[in-house]
Amino acid sequence: MTTVIKAPGESSAERSGGSGGPGQGGGGRRSDGMVLNVFSHGFLAVWAVLIVLPLVWLALGSFKTDTQIGASALSWPSNWHFDAFARAWDKGIGGYFGHTLIVMAFSVPLTMLLGSMAAYVLARYPFRGNRIIYYFFVSGAMFPVFLALVPLFFMVRRLDMLNTYQGLILVYVAYSLPFTVFFMHSFFRTLPTAVHEAAVIDGASDTRIFFQVMLPMAKPGLISVGIFNVLGQWNQYILPSVLMQPQSGSDPERYMLTQGLIQLQYQMGYETDLPVLFAGVTIAMIPMLVVYLSFQRQIQAGLTSATLK
Amino acid sequence: MSQVARRRGRTTGFIAGFLVLPLALYLTFVIWPYVQTFGYSFTNWSGQSPTFDFVGLENYSALMDDEVFRGALWHNLLLLVFVPVITILLALFFAFMVNAGGRSGAGGVRGVRGSAFYKIVYFFPQVLSLAILAVLFGAVYRSDEGGLLNGLLSWAGLVDPARPVEWLNDPDLVLWCLLLVVVWHGVGFYLVLFSAAMQSVPRDIYEAALLDGAGRAQTFLRVTLPLLWDSVQTSAVYLGIAAMDMFVLVSTMTSGQFGGGPDHHSEVMATVLMRNFLYFGKSGYACAMGVVMLVLTMILSIVTLRATRRERIEF
Repeated sequence: MTTVIKAPGESSAERSGGSGGPGQGGGGRRSDGMVLNVFSHGFLAVWAVLIVLPLVWLALGSFKTDTQIGASALSWPSNWHFDAFARAWDKGIGGYFGHTLIVMAFSVPLTMLLGSMAAYVLARYPFRGNRIIYYFFVSGAMFPVFLALVPLFFMVRRLDMLNTYQGLILVYVAYSLPFTVFFMHSFFRTLPTAVHEAAVIDGASDTRIFFQVMLPMAKPGLISVGIFNVLGQWNQYILPSVLMQPQSGSDPERYMLTQGLIQLQYQMGYETDLPVLFAGVTIAMIPMLVVYLSFQRQIQAGLTSATLK
Repeated sequence: MSQVARRRGRTTGFIAGFLVLPLALYLTFVIWPYVQTFGYSFTNWSGQSPTFDFVGLENYSALMDDEVFRGALWHNLLLLVFVPVITILLALFFAFMVNAGGRSGAGGVRGVRGSAFYKIVYFFPQVLSLAILAVLFGAVYRSDEGGLLNGLLSWAGLVDPARPVEWLNDPDLVLWCLLLVVVWHGVGFYLVLFSAAMQSVPRDIYEAALLDGAGRAQTFLRVTLPLLWDSVQTSAVYLGIAAMDMFVLVSTMTSGQFGGGPDHHSEVMATVLMRNFLYFGKSGYACAMGVVMLVLTMILSIVTLRATRRERIEF
C-alpha cells in the first residue's frame, strides 16, 4: 500500500519527507494517514480542475459559433471544423507569431552573450570600479519598468527606432541584463580557477578562455537564465505596447504576439466573432504547452533557481 | 615592455572590450531613462512640445489631490496585502499536501501519489503570458450566460440565469476578480518553489520530529515552515512587486481607456500613469507617478524583508 508510483522526475520529490523503506507505522497513525491522504487528494484535485477547466473550455470555444458562445457556457461545440483557427491565423496571429520570433531570434542570444560577457569580467577580474559596475547592473532589477517608460519612449524615438525590430531587440536586451548579469555572475564565481590557470599556461588569450573554456562550463547556468529570458521576453507586453505602434499610415504594424492577442480581443468584440479570438489564444497557447511539457523539469528548476538566487 | 606588463595591458583591454557594449546598452535604455524620470517629474512637459518649464513639486502636490490616483494607490495597497498572503498560504498548503500529505509510511510523512503530475499541472499558468490570461479570464468573467463562471453558477442554481453576475462591471467585485486571476496564475509557481525548499530539508529532521511524537500539523508549523522562511520572504517581495504593477490585467480586462473601470473602481497606479502619458499627453505628471511607484516599491521591499526577518536556520 505504500508503493509509490515513480514518475520521471519523481525521485527528488520523494526525498522530501518519504521514508525509504516500505515499512509501516502503527495502526492508528496509518488511518490518520488515510484520512489525510483522501483529504489532500481532494484539495489537490480541485485545484487541478480549476487550472485545467478554463483552458480546455476556452479551446473548445474555438469550435463553437459566436451565438453558441454567448448563449451558454456549458454547451458542447456543434461542429469540429478548424475554420476559426484558419481565420485567426489570417486575422494576424500568423504575423504576430512571426514578429515575435524575429525579435527573439536576436534578443535572446544577444542577451545571453552580452550578459555573460559582463558577468564573467565582473566575476573573475578584480579591477578598480568592479563592485560599482556590478551593483550598477544589478540595481536595475529592483526598479519598476514604469519608472523608465516615458523617457524610454522618447529615447527610442530620438534614435528613430520606434516600431522597429532592432529598437525592441535592444530594449529587450538592456532590460534583461540586470538579471542575467546577476545570475551569471554568481555562476562564474563558482567555476574552479585551476582550469583558468591551466588555459593561461597553455597560452590561451582571455577572449579564447571565455568562449572555449568558461562558457561551455557555465552551460547549466546559461540554460536556467536562458529559460527565464525566453519566457520573460516572449510574454512581455508593456514594452512592445509602448514601443511598437505604427508611427504613420505607411508604417506597417509589427505587433508582438501578446499585443496582437489584445488587439484581436478588441477587434473581435466589434465584429462579434469570438471563436476566432478563442482560436487565436489557443494557437498562442499550444507552443507554450508543447515547450512546457517537453522541458517542464528544466523550466521549473530554471525558474525557481532564477528567482531564489 | 616586460611580459607581465604586456599581459596586464591586454587584460585591461579585454575587460574594457567585454564591458563596453553591455554597459552602453544598459546606460542608454535603462539607467538614463530612470534618471531622466526624476528630472521630468519636476516639469510640466507634455511630451509633444520641445519646451517645458520647471514647476518644482507641483506634479507631486497635484498627485495628492488627484482622486483617481489616490484611489489607484489604495487599490494597489489592497492588492499588496491580499495577493501575497492568499497566494503564499495556498501555495504552502498545496506544497505541504504534495510533499507530505500522502499515506503514512515508516516515517509517516511522504508525498501523495502523482505529486509530479500535480506540480506539472499547477505550474503551467506560469508560462502563459498575461495577455493570454487577460483574454481567457475576460471570457470566464463574461457578464452573460456565456461566461464560464456565470454558466457554472447558474447550472448549480446559485445564480439566476436571467440575471447573471456582472463580474467585471460590478464596482465591488472587479478588483477581487482581478485578484483571483493573479492568484490562479501564481500559486503553482510558488508551490514548486516551496517544494524545492522542502526537499532540501534533510529527511532526518522530519524523522526526528516524528519520533518525538509530532503530528503533521505540528511538523509543518514547527519544522517545515521555519526552514522555509527564506523562500517565503523572497516570495512575498516578488508577489508584492507584481501587485504594484497589475497593468496588463487591468488595462485589458476592465473598461475604460487603459482600463480602470467601472468608474475607476479597478484603477491601479500603472494604468493612471499610462493614461496620463499616452492619452492625456501629460508626460511630466506621469513621470511623477513613476517616482511614487518606485518609492513605494522600495519601501515595500524593505518593510517586507524587515518585518519577516527571523533568525536564519542553517541545515
